[in-house]
Amino acid sequence: MNLNQNHFELFGLPSRFVVDVAALEARYHERLREVHPDRFAAAPELERRASMQLATRVNEAYQTLKSPLKRAVYILRLRGVDPEFETNTAMPPEFLVEQMAWRERIEAGSEDPEALVRLRGGLREESGKILEKLRGQLDEGGDDEAASEATRMLMFYEKLAEEIDDKLAELET
Amino acid sequence: MALLQISEPGQSPEPHRHRLAVGIDLGTTNSLVAAVRNGIAVVLNDHEGRALLPSIVRYLGDGRVAVGVEAEAALARDPRNTVVSVKRFMGRGLKDVTHVENSPYDFLDSPGMVRIRTAAGVKSPVEVSADILKVLRARAEESLGGELTGAIITVPAYFDDAQRQATKDAGKLAGLNVLRLLNEPTAAAIAYGLENAAEGIYAVYDLGGGTFDISILKLSKGVFEVMATNGDAALGGDDFDQRLFCWILERAKLAPLSAEDTRVLLTKARAAKELLTAHSEARISARLAGGETVDVTVTQKEFQEMTRPLVAKTLAPCRRALRDAGLDRSKVKGVVMVGGATRMPHAQQAVAELFGQSPLNNLDPDKVVALGAAIQANVLAGNRASGDDWLLLDVIPLSLGVETMGGLAERVIPRNSTIPAARAQEFTTYKDGQTAMSIHVVQGERELVSDCRSLARFELRGIPPMVAGAARIRVTFQVDADGLLSVSARESSTGVEAAIAVKPSYGLSDEQITQMLRDSFDHAKDDVHARALREQRVEGERMLEATEAALREDADLLTAEESSALRSELEALRKTLSCTDHRTIKSGIERVNRASEAFAGRRMDRSIKRALAGRKVESL
Repeated sequence: MNLNQNHFELFGLPSRFVVDVAALEARYHERLREVHPDRFAAAPELERRASMQLATRVNEAYQTLKSPLKRAVYILRLRGVDPEFETNTAMPPEFLVEQMAWRERIEAGSEDPEALVRLRGGLREESGKILEKLRGQLDEGGDDEAASEATRMLMFYEKLAEEIDDKLAELET
Repeated sequence: MALLQISEPGQSPEPHRHRLAVGIDLGTTNSLVAAVRNGIAVVLNDHEGRALLPSIVRYLGDGRVAVGVEAEAALARDPRNTVVSVKRFMGRGLKDVTHVENSPYDFLDSPGMVRIRTAAGVKSPVEVSADILKVLRARAEESLGGELTGAIITVPAYFDDAQRQATKDAGKLAGLNVLRLLNEPTAAAIAYGLENAAEGIYAVYDLGGGTFDISILKLSKGVFEVMATNGDAALGGDDFDQRLFCWILERAKLAPLSAEDTRVLLTKARAAKELLTAHSEARISARLAGGETVDVTVTQKEFQEMTRPLVAKTLAPCRRALRDAGLDRSKVKGVVMVGGATRMPHAQQAVAELFGQSPLNNLDPDKVVALGAAIQANVLAGNRASGDDWLLLDVIPLSLGVETMGGLAERVIPRNSTIPAARAQEFTTYKDGQTAMSIHVVQGERELVSDCRSLARFELRGIPPMVAGAARIRVTFQVDADGLLSVSARESSTGVEAAIAVKPSYGLSDEQITQMLRDSFDHAKDDVHARALREQRVEGERMLEATEAALREDADLLTAEESSALRSELEALRKTLSCTDHRTIKSGIERVNRASEAFAGRRMDRSIKRALAGRKVESL
């Protein structure tokens, strides 16, 4: 197996942030049809195991490219840039203030499903703005530093969205 | 000039013998077996023409085992030795078992999984399930006229790793070659989707005897993709019976009952529940052992009122599944109803309200899962006909994680990840000179480890002593296509590697299964040797067929010497098949295995290249 092939090459797609989602999905299905364990259920053990590993690889590549956040991180890593989620906490102060405000709003609405759903919509809008920026930074301008920061912001928003989902799930039980 | 024919990978080009494969719905209340015959999936009936085998097993003092209707008949007489709803105990400890107070069984809490003391000895839920599977296997082999090549056993989509592992073990114990564990709603979606040529987003609402699942699937161009799944692995028709049973106790002002009387009334409660599907009231009358008589009437309205909270409990998972799939209900094209309990009018009504549409009831809710499983089993066994090239993308229902400092669970593979899936995570040491590390694997969505299900604990030893934080321990989670997890860990910072692979702790080791197989054969006075011989013959034939097909496809991957060496081993194996000693066949199989190892590797490389070769970037 050509382990050097990156996720984009695996699906025969250009390594850009803007992805043709339909093509990605079609290529994904195409690849998976060939290596999926269901194709090898009656094959010898060795082939079964190899097929599981290959299908795992194909699934991972797809999951990475499908999610805008994961895709952005992946592109940056391919370019040798580490967005450093764990260590780089030096975000712009105004962004951090904004984060605090979001957290307070989520906390205040934590008993109210409708408020949470509204907040989630708001977060989606914010994420959308960042994605717009990333398109320019990753595909056109090539400003990897700025893209790293935008990616970190995106991660913050996704975390908040996840928290809202967890709260909504809790309210339902 | 004749064109050369090239077959799909994993598919034999020869018009081979049809391989016998079945789909088994191992249900809480009833079990079924189905197969594809002449291109059509059918449920296989017993001699009396019954499709449903009650999932009831009775153990008698003389070692005899009665399964199904016969066991059901003894339910009220011998409740302690007659096990019903064993699916609820699969992969479960005593503390997880609901309704223990109304259970007549003599439970033994053993590590990982509860056991039941019966007249025929202590039985684990795996053994009880295997006894059900054995009956279905015999039914299928008789009906289809030959040994089975393989079987798919269905499981609730919301089953966790322990429950899945237990189900697979039961299959092995029943002598089945388990091709795959298939999620019940997914099996139903296959049957429904193929029959109706459905395209679009569908929800499958599956309320069975003891489990509830909701799966949201996208059906498009031969792809069945599960977008999200949710559920409750301990909620089903049984709970409605229990609720009605308690109501009867209150209404008839009965003192706590004996095990026998409890069983009598539970059976009556279930019959009343079924009657209330189409009638406005049901009368429950019984004469108890102590001479008291019970005579109460329950109306449909009363029954619906008392069980409304149970129906409501199915709705929250539906909302969560929709949210995880990123959808609102207007995107759902149809809701397929599966499981006998969906016949209850108030379940139908609640689903209709939640999804804003009338649910689809055009398939038999008792049979659709087995039929879908049969269709998939037929394909997996290698009987792929043209047009049978659908792709099934299923997910894990619950997140997998590890325990980190402070008793918190760190998610490693999130729920609803498409399987097979893997993820590696790096950990490091906490203290200087630390040489061992304990890894605790958990499953669930909660933040605290104590609220998640503990799957396995294992220790990684032999870490070279280093300062705290210097060691690099890479823990890899691999979830296979059955949704089963294996975990391995290695320390790699110094080139000194320690690797360990674990099976979840409650799972049975292969030795335990072998021992149980041996025990059960001794018990049944089965001829161990004859069975082993049969099994080795099937295995040997499978090996010959697969290897020969591979040689036809990829002979060019071998040098002339390699090819003739392999062929001579195949000939040797073929000769052993007529021998009467299973060990001779086994060693023949092993020799072919060794001789074909390099070949298998190269074939895999080729199919990988075929599959993964990057295409030219078409247009930039």
